[in-house]
Parts: sequence; C-alpha cells; structure tokens
Amino acid sequence: MNKVLQSMRIAFRALRVNKLRSALTMLGIIIGVGAVIAMVAVGSGATARIQEQIASIGSNVIIIQPGSQNFGGVKSGNTFTQTLTEDDARAVSTECPNVLYTAPLQQGNAQVIFGNNNWFTQVRGTTPDYLAIRDMEIQTGQPFTQGDVDSSAKVALLGKTVVDNLFNGGDPIGQIIRIKKVPFTVVGVLAPKGQSPTGQDQDDVIIMPISTAKKKVVGGRQNNMLTVGQILVQAREGGTKFAVTEIQGLLRQRHRLQPNQDDDFDVRNLEEVYAAQESSAEVMSILLASIASVSLIVGGIGIMNIMLVSVTERTKEIGLRQAVGAKTKDILAQFLVEAVTLSVLGGTIGIILGVAASLLISYFAQWATFVSIGSIVLAFLFSGLVGVFFGFYPARKAAFLDPIEALRYE
Amino acid sequence: MANELIRIDNLRKDYHVGDFTVHALRHVSLTIDRGTYVAIMGPSGSGKSTFMNILGCLDKPSAGTYHLDEVSIGELDRDELADIRNRKIGFVFQQFNLLARTTALENVELPLLYADGDKSKFKERAMAALTAVGLDNRADHHPSQLSGGQQQRVAIARSLINNPRLILADEPTGALDSKTSVEIMAIFQRLNREQGISIVVVTHEPDIAHYADRIITFKDGKVLTDELVAEPRNAKRELEQWVTEDEEEPAA
Repeated sequence: MNKVLQSMRIAFRALRVNKLRSALTMLGIIIGVGAVIAMVAVGSGATARIQEQIASIGSNVIIIQPGSQNFGGVKSGNTFTQTLTEDDARAVSTECPNVLYTAPLQQGNAQVIFGNNNWFTQVRGTTPDYLAIRDMEIQTGQPFTQGDVDSSAKVALLGKTVVDNLFNGGDPIGQIIRIKKVPFTVVGVLAPKGQSPTGQDQDDVIIMPISTAKKKVVGGRQNNMLTVGQILVQAREGGTKFAVTEIQGLLRQRHRLQPNQDDDFDVRNLEEVYAAQESSAEVMSILLASIASVSLIVGGIGIMNIMLVSVTERTKEIGLRQAVGAKTKDILAQFLVEAVTLSVLGGTIGIILGVAASLLISYFAQWATFVSIGSIVLAFLFSGLVGVFFGFYPARKAAFLDPIEALRYE
Repeated sequence: MANELIRIDNLRKDYHVGDFTVHALRHVSLTIDRGTYVAIMGPSGSGKSTFMNILGCLDKPSAGTYHLDEVSIGELDRDELADIRNRKIGFVFQQFNLLARTTALENVELPLLYADGDKSKFKERAMAALTAVGLDNRADHHPSQLSGGQQQRVAIARSLINNPRLILADEPTGALDSKTSVEIMAIFQRLNREQGISIVVVTHEPDIAHYADRIITFKDGKVLTDELVAEPRNAKRELEQWVTEDEEEPAA
C-alpha cells in the first residue's frame, strides 16, 4: 500500500510539472465521457418517459383500424379503405365476452373559434366509453352521454391546450364555440395528460359525439356515413389476448372474408405498440451510447499517444530515475499511475460536463433526460480502465529502457 | 580485504555491433580502498566510460568479477542492481540531470522515493544534504533559477542523500567555468577528507584529475597507468587565493 502511495506521489509530482500537457491529454477522455453520459441520459429519459406513458395509458387497450397494415401507433382518420362500421363496433361490444368497453372513433382536424381567438386542433367524434378506454378524466363540467350521441347533440369536451388558446383564463363551461361555423356548447374540460410517447400534445383535442362529428365536422370524404376510422376497445383484465382473437374472428365473419383472404382490418394491442416504441428507444439509446463510446476509445488512444511522446521526451529523466535506484516496477507504476490519474480526472470532469449537458438538453430541447448513479459509476470505472489499458504500453516502454542509453539520450 | 571498497578481477566487456565484437574492456584488474579519491582518465574509445558504467552498476561485465562492498555485481539482476545503485552509489553528471520545474529540495529527495527502508523525514534529510553543500537557502528554487555551479551542488546533495559508499562523477566540471569548477572540487575534497566518502571522478582534463589522490589512465580498453598523485591540488586554498586576487585588482 505504501508503495502505491509512493507511486502516486511520484506521478502527481510529474503531472504537476507539465500542467498544459496533462490538460490536453485529458481532453479526449473528458469529451468521451461527457458525450456518453449525455447520450445515455437522453436515451434513458426517452425510455423512462415511454414507460411512464405505458403506465398512464390504461392497459388492455386494443385498436382496430381498417386496412391490413399500419405502422407505428395511433393514426388519424385518413383511411384508404372504409371497411369498419359503427355496426362493427356495436357487434364487438355485444358479442365478444372479453371486451369491456368499445368506442368507435372518427377523427379530423378543424378550426375552432371563440370570440377573437381561433385554434386549429384535432376533433374526435366518439361515444362516452372512449373516455374510460383512454383513461381520460373530466376536470370540470360533465362528459357527453349516449343520449347526446343518439340525438347528435352539438356538445363538446375540450382539452386543456384548446381551452388555454381560446379562453384566456375564463371558464369555458357553457360557452358556445364555433367549429366549421357550427355552434357547439362546451360541457366539460379534460384533465391534462401531457405528451404522448410519440411526442404529440394529448391536450390539444376536442371530443364530441360521433354522430355530430360526422354530420357537421368530419364529413366530406366518406361515401358511407356508417364507417368509422377506428374502433377502440378495452379488454377485461387479463383477457387482452382472448379479446383480440374474438374480435378478429367476429370481424372476419361480419366482413365475409374467405379463409384464404387477409384481414381487411388491423387489430392491435396498444401496449404492444408502445412496447415496440420502448424497445426501439432502447436500441436508439444503446446506439447513441456506442457511438459516444467510440470517442472514449479515441480519448484513450490520445492518452496513449501523449504518454508515448512524454516517455520519449523524458528519456533522460527516466534514465536518471533508474540511476538513483528506480526499479522496473517503479517506473512502470509511475507511468501507469500518471495515465490512470489523467483518465480518471478527465472522466470526472467529463461526468460533470455530461450531467450539465443533459440538464441543458432537457431545458432547451424539452427532451426528457435521466442521469442514473449507475451510469456515473460505470463512467468512472471505464475511465480508470481506459487509463490502465492505454497507459500500459507507454509505461512498459519506459520501464524497460536501458539506463545507459537513456542517460545518453539527447 | 575489509578496506577494499572495489575489487575488480580480470574484467572484460564486449559489445556486439552487427557482426563485429568491440572489446571495450580487456583484462582490467584493480582495487580501490574505502575513503580514497580516484580520477579516471583516457581519450574517447579508451573504455573509461564503459568502465564507469560497470563501476556504477549500470552495466554488467561480460567476464571477470566486480565486487562492490564485497557483493559480486555480475550475479545481480536488473532490479537488484537498481537497489545497489540506490543504497551504495551517488551519481553526479556533467549535465547535472536535475528534474526541471521541481524544487531543489524535491530533487534531492528523489533517491529516497525509491529506497526500501525508512521513508520518514524526507524533508529533514534533504535539507541536511543541501546544507552540507551550502544551498539550504535555495531549497525551493527550480533548476532554471540556479546557476550551473548551484545546480551541480544540488546534484551532489542528491548523490549524498542515501549515505552512499561511493560517489561517481562523470565530467562533473565539464559544463562549468574555471572558478566554479574549483568550488566543486573543493566540495569533493571536503567530502572525501572530512567524511571519508570514496570518490571516483571520470575526466579528460588533467587539471581536474590532479585534485584526486590517485589517477588511473585507460587506453584501448586496458589500464595504461595507475599512479598516486604526489601533490594533489588543494581546491580550498586555490579558492582563497582567487578571492584575494579579486580583491587585489590593480587600479586601471
């Protein structure tokens, strides 16, 4: 132990002598570690956020969409084929034992006006069960009812973003807003939900009865007033897989599909969608960290190069140390400790800079970042390892110099 | 026997350069007693540098034996040689070889860092060594802030720190002016006469060699002459004369 302290003493003295060179040597490690910490923080933040969203989205949610293929998550109502109908939704609701709630969905975008303010937002026409399926709560006011759907009542629920942009702080309940020149009464305001895993503002939305939506707002493109863009389903606890099978069977039957024909609809478990996003976020995270790690290797190579130069420049000094009694292992230890000191010190500075960068990124880019203790500890260990690994060759070179040759070196 | 510090029997050193073998030293036998002050002379290629390297345990003989303080050097490995150098030999070089941007005190301490024994009291021991060469007031100076003579004195203090049996000086005055050279010679003579430290100085200048008690001359890898100096120069007295000469500067 004493010998280790001795080596550290010798090494620190040597590093102090040439502070500029020491600083430049550390630069590669500082950047490398800083980059890894920041990238891993961004990746972890994204993953954590998705996990949060999965927890908040309400599990057991199934999306049924027309057409056979659909990438990514929830899509808006641009359909190429209109194969799903409101009757399909009703059938699913009554005939699938593992289905708890069903809500047909028709979406579109529209301009909303109140007084002098207007706002372009997404309008969703649906039934009251939609709120239960999507885990949406009413903050003030009331949801609309099945009766409103039956009577195509002109009522609407507003998300917080819409309220903020139209009402300047006033109470929207009972007020009349105009959507495509049609007057709607605001009956409720939705509790805020924040950003979705796909980065969309979940509070920028108006929800109204599907019948009203089709008649007054989202009409036009459909030939058939009975079709819907999506059907949302909440399955019973633990029965999601069964529900999916039941729905598929039922719809194939209703759409009279032959055994050799593909589904003309897509049944997807929402949790799967988000899980897929989570795993791609993780892959992204690993990719980012790997790329940043390359800079760590470059930093290590930098240490090795500078140390090699340093050994050459200090040949005479090494010879002198050997002459006054430094053994092979003394010289080896000195240069190894110098290398590890540089790499660990650089790693520490890199960690501090990386954390600072993560904070800046989360503040300015509004991305979630998360620096874990684990990543800091790992970064430390790694910098130490880099020092040992890349410092070894120069240290060895120094230790095995011939004292006579070294003393003669000009 | 006990009085012998160095005993060399039939020493040979060969270097292999490509296909050639250079016989740097051939059949050298001599002894040096403790407490003597020896100068080694000879032209380049005479083998004196090779001899000095072996004497300093930086190199090993190809044949023959070298006993330092009754230990046979030829059988030691690299690390054991380093240990001997640390404990028994103090080096003084022509170019001083001090660590740059390091204080005089830290420079003197250097051999202590590699010593196996007692590690305490570095500072005190280093200060004592600096005091012995008259530089205690410059302990915190860097080499760049010291004159050539002062640097060499720091180097001498460093060579003394571990109480060596032998001080080995390679052209110690080669980089110094005449007056400073005499100052350095004075230190060596004092260390030898007052403290009984054995000194071996390698030089090509006869003037410097004549401060020693014995001069060994090498030629072609062998000892050419090995003679006691009848009347060694007295560095201390020469310095005193120098001072009075300076004071007696005649008016222009």
